[in-house]
Amino acid sequence: MFQLSIVTPEKVVFEGQVVSLLVPGMEGYLGVLSNHAPLITALQPGRIEFQDDQDKIQIFSVSGGFVEVSGNKATLLADTAEHCEEIDIDRAQTALERALKSLQDKEKAGEVSTPEAKEAARRAANRVRIYKETH
Amino acid sequence: MATLREVKKRIKSVVSTRRITSAMEMVAASKLRRAQQKIEQTRPYSQKMDEMLQHLAAGSSGDISHPYFEQRDIKKKTLVLVTSDRGLCGSFNSNVIRRAVNWLREEGLPEVEIVTVGKKGNDLLKSRQWEIINDYSDWGGQLVYGKVRDLVDFLTQRFVSGETDSIHMIYTQFISTVKYKIVVEPYLPLTRPESGEAAGIRSQYIFEPTPESIYESLMPGYALTKMVTVLVDSFAAEHGSRMIAMGNATSNAGEMVDDLTLLYNKTRQAQITKELLEVISGADALK
Repeated sequence: MFQLSIVTPEKVVFEGQVVSLLVPGMEGYLGVLSNHAPLITALQPGRIEFQDDQDKIQIFSVSGGFVEVSGNKATLLADTAEHCEEIDIDRAQTALERALKSLQDKEKAGEVSTPEAKEAARRAANRVRIYKETH
Repeated sequence: MATLREVKKRIKSVVSTRRITSAMEMVAASKLRRAQQKIEQTRPYSQKMDEMLQHLAAGSSGDISHPYFEQRDIKKKTLVLVTSDRGLCGSFNSNVIRRAVNWLREEGLPEVEIVTVGKKGNDLLKSRQWEIINDYSDWGGQLVYGKVRDLVDFLTQRFVSGETDSIHMIYTQFISTVKYKIVVEPYLPLTRPESGEAAGIRSQYIFEPTPESIYESLMPGYALTKMVTVLVDSFAAEHGSRMIAMGNATSNAGEMVDDLTLLYNKTRQAQITKELLEVISGADALK
C-alpha cells in the first residue's frame, strides 16, 4: 500500500492509503503500485482508478494535471477531479454539446478551431464517457 | 439645549444606523468564515505544487529554463494592487494604497505601470500620475476562477512579451481575524526553485514525456495558483476588516444611543420642571 493524495485547486478530493493506482499519463495510462520508481508526469483527460484500503475500486474523472510518485507517496495535482458518483451528467452533456457545436460552427465557417476549444470538448466528452461507463 | 423632538429624531436615526451596521457585521462574519475555508482549501494544492516544482528541479539534470524565470535588466515595472470593490471596511484599502503609493514613489517615475484588482484601488489611483493599464473589478467579495485566469494570462503575456520586466504585487495578507499584514511581493520573474542537493533529494526521476514539457505545462498552473493564494488572502482580510469596522461602528452607535437617551431624559425633566414652575407661579399670581 502507498499514500495517495488527490488535490485540486478547490479542495482535497482524496487522501488515504491505496493498493494500486491507474492514471492517464501524457503517453498513455500507467499503473502505480507500492515502491514505484520516482516519476513525474503530466496527465490528460481520462479516468483515475485506484483500489483503496478496503479493496474497493474507486473511479474519478480527471481533466488534466500532474502526478508525482516518490518514496511510496503519490501526489496527484488535478485541474478538476470528480468521483464518478458525483459527475453532474446534465451539465457535462450540455457542455459537450456546446463544445461540439462551436467546433462544428468553426469548421463550417472554414476557420481553424483553437486548441482550447478542442480541449474543452475532450474534457466534456471524458466526463460523459466516465459517467456512462460507471452507471 | 436641543429640543425634545430633535433629540428623539437623532436617537431614531442612530438606532437605525446601528441596525444596518450590525447586519453588515454579521454578513461580513459569515463571508469571512467562507473566505477562511477557501484559504484552507487552496493551501494543500499550492503546497504540493511547490513540492513538485522543487522535485522537478532537483530530479532533472541541468538547469531548466522557462520564460517565467527570466531575469532581465529592469526597464519597466508593473505593480498589481489588490484592494476591495466595496468600502466600509475600515482602513483596509487606505493602508494598502498608502503602501503602494510609497512603493511607487521609491521606484520612481515613469517606468512603473499599475494593474488594479478591486474598484477602490482603481478609484483612488485614477487621478494620480501613474498609468493604470488594466483593471479587474467586480469580484463580489469572492474568488472567481475565470477572472483570475484572465488576470494571470494578461500579466504573464505582458512579461513574456517583454512589455514589462518585473511584476510586483501589493496585497493584504490574512494572518488572523484581527491581524493583517501588507505585503509587497515579487510575482514575475518567479524565483527559481532550489535545485539539487539544496532541496535534499537527488533521486533520478522518470519524466513523462520530458522535464521541459512538464515545466511547460506546470508553470502556467503555478503562476495561477500563486495569484489565487494572494487573492483569497486579500478577500479574507477584506471581510475581516469589514467585520471589525462594522463591529466598532455598532458599539459606537450603542454608546451614542445611551448618551442621547440621557440627554433626552434630561431635556424632558428640564421641560417638566419648567412647566411646573410656570403652573405654580401662575397659580401664585392668582391669589
